[in-house]
Amino acid sequence: MANTLNIVQAINQALMEEMENDETVVVYGEDVGLEGGVFRATVDLQKKFGKERVFDSPLAESAIAGTAVGMAINGLKPVVEMQFSGFVYPAFNQIISHIARMRNRSRGRYNLPMVIRTPYGGGIRALEHHSESLEAVFAHIPGLKVVIPSTPYDAKGLLIAAIRDPDPVLFWEPKRIYRAFKQEVPEGAYEIPIGKAKILQEGDDITIVTWGAMVRDVQKAVDLIKDEGIRPEIIDLRTISPMDRDSFVESVKKTGRILVVHEAPKSFGTGAEIISIVNEKAFLYLEAPPTRLTGFDTTFPLPRGEKHYIPSPERIAKTIVDVVRY
Amino acid sequence: MRLEDYNPLEDRSFSILDPDGEIINEKDMPDFTDEELLYLYKTMLYTRIIDEKALSYQRQGRMLTYAPNTGQEAAQVGSAYAMKEEDWLVPAFRELGAWLVKGVPLKNIYLYWYGNEWGSYMPEGVRVLPISIPIASQLQHAAGIGMANNIKGEKSVAVGYVGDGGTSEGDFHEALNFAAVFKAPVVFFIQNNQYAISTPRSIQTMSKNLALKAVAYNMPGILVDGNDLFAVYVATKEAIERARNGEGPSLIEAYTYRLGAHTTSDDPTKYREDEEVEKWKNKDPILRFKKYLKKKGILTDEWEEKTIEELEKEVMETFESIENKSDTEIDDIFKYHYETMPPHLEEQLNEYKAFLEGGK
Repeated sequence: MANTLNIVQAINQALMEEMENDETVVVYGEDVGLEGGVFRATVDLQKKFGKERVFDSPLAESAIAGTAVGMAINGLKPVVEMQFSGFVYPAFNQIISHIARMRNRSRGRYNLPMVIRTPYGGGIRALEHHSESLEAVFAHIPGLKVVIPSTPYDAKGLLIAAIRDPDPVLFWEPKRIYRAFKQEVPEGAYEIPIGKAKILQEGDDITIVTWGAMVRDVQKAVDLIKDEGIRPEIIDLRTISPMDRDSFVESVKKTGRILVVHEAPKSFGTGAEIISIVNEKAFLYLEAPPTRLTGFDTTFPLPRGEKHYIPSPERIAKTIVDVVRY
Repeated sequence: MRLEDYNPLEDRSFSILDPDGEIINEKDMPDFTDEELLYLYKTMLYTRIIDEKALSYQRQGRMLTYAPNTGQEAAQVGSAYAMKEEDWLVPAFRELGAWLVKGVPLKNIYLYWYGNEWGSYMPEGVRVLPISIPIASQLQHAAGIGMANNIKGEKSVAVGYVGDGGTSEGDFHEALNFAAVFKAPVVFFIQNNQYAISTPRSIQTMSKNLALKAVAYNMPGILVDGNDLFAVYVATKEAIERARNGEGPSLIEAYTYRLGAHTTSDDPTKYREDEEVEKWKNKDPILRFKKYLKKKGILTDEWEEKTIEELEKEVMETFESIENKSDTEIDDIFKYHYETMPPHLEEQLNEYKAFLEGGK
């Protein structure tokens, strides 16, 4: 059986099924219980599994993350929600000082099977602090896994894998495309392995690495230049950390060119990491400078300015052509 | 006694044993056997000897930074003795006496301060979390352990430790709030040793005492003479049993004093007068316990001498068993970040090993 679902519905289904499969899974956060979350990702979970396992918490991100540490040590698998990624910073200390470190600190005595879900990214005309893409900040921390799906099918499979993972996973959800499109999503649990990218389109002229909401923009860009005779290979990274390095290294060996497209600021970012790896592993295959097309190194603008911030399909298309014709 | 009878707003301290070793509160005196009393005394001595030896090794350049416990033994030993085996101890970093009571081997403790993560690998069944250095952050773990117990229907209790400085942190308040809202079986135990490094308690808060912070969270809060093992034990026991019976969390302030430095990197003479330290030496928790045991005829000089000698021998042997034998294995630095080592870590490990082997 399969249903046609958008990303939010796929996430909801993943939570439903994993809570059904595993009674140690608990879900909590701000407004996730009765209301089912501000984006409705946890809707009906409380109705089905009760207030013990699905509940609204006081408004305190540090404690949401910090209590999940205690729960995970004490035999549960908490899947907590941070309402927006821009509000995760009060929990920074818990995430960096404890969540990332508990296994190593205790030499494996205490591991933390827990997931922090949060909607991230811009393009929804939101208030300040509701639009940032700071996945690289977390990917920089040893001991964490950072996962970003771009489709309903992947969202479900990756979230189930994250819940079953014996280590903490930060599950960043691209809210711009929460309801952008639907896809066939099979009923019943399946896992998409964390740390594996996906080649969306094969080609041998340029490797384009992207993730999250930018995947669709890259696809639109490629469509815009379909008559240019360029055959791009598009890779959806899916996991920021640990990164599937072979996916783009092998691709660059074939294409000789790489463009990384991300919504997050340019400097010190995931694109820089990807390009460094390409330089280390495929330097002699390069035919053009490895290139980044990203958000600016500025604060994410309020809604009247955000169209300038997120790389548009037109800008992506031009950059693809520029790199290929270098 | 009932915790509720001690309204922290009244700023009244709960005590049983005074600095002269006299019982000043017969009705709350716990019913310990002589064996138990000697065990408690011995554990306080053990704590102090471990401290003294660690400081001396540190001065000799044989030990790294160490955070001493001297003066706080009753708060630590008394609180942990109220815990059952299934209860969780969630420490900050100055709870040596409590760890010993909970069954953390000295080898672990010394290994940790010696600079090896294996010190935090607790033996199977010892429900003690590793040392948590970021102040007050660990209290949320205690709250989470308690919340999980409610969900799972388990009867164990988490005891989270924090210092006086920690009560100024947001995490302290968030943890108390979560535990209260979810009626989690948690005891928050403040060792108020009067200083956060050099910052005195008076700068941390305008509250008359720290226990009264419980009032806002609608949980019992009690101020206890932290150098009185009996009072600490009775209050913690009551708080733990209350939590175990589903009545929710409590807050205990053990009023004590750090007779030593914050750590071996600290010089307390810079920020406090000798006079003050001398005054607190007269309230030494071990001294008053000893006076009591002597008066009761439970403790003999012979027993004490023999015990100290045995403990010193054990402490020295334990230290020697790890000294110069505890360098970190290179693989261990990489192995415990994830259950399965990801390729980039494997690559870094292999590159480094190849370098060590001479670039092969």
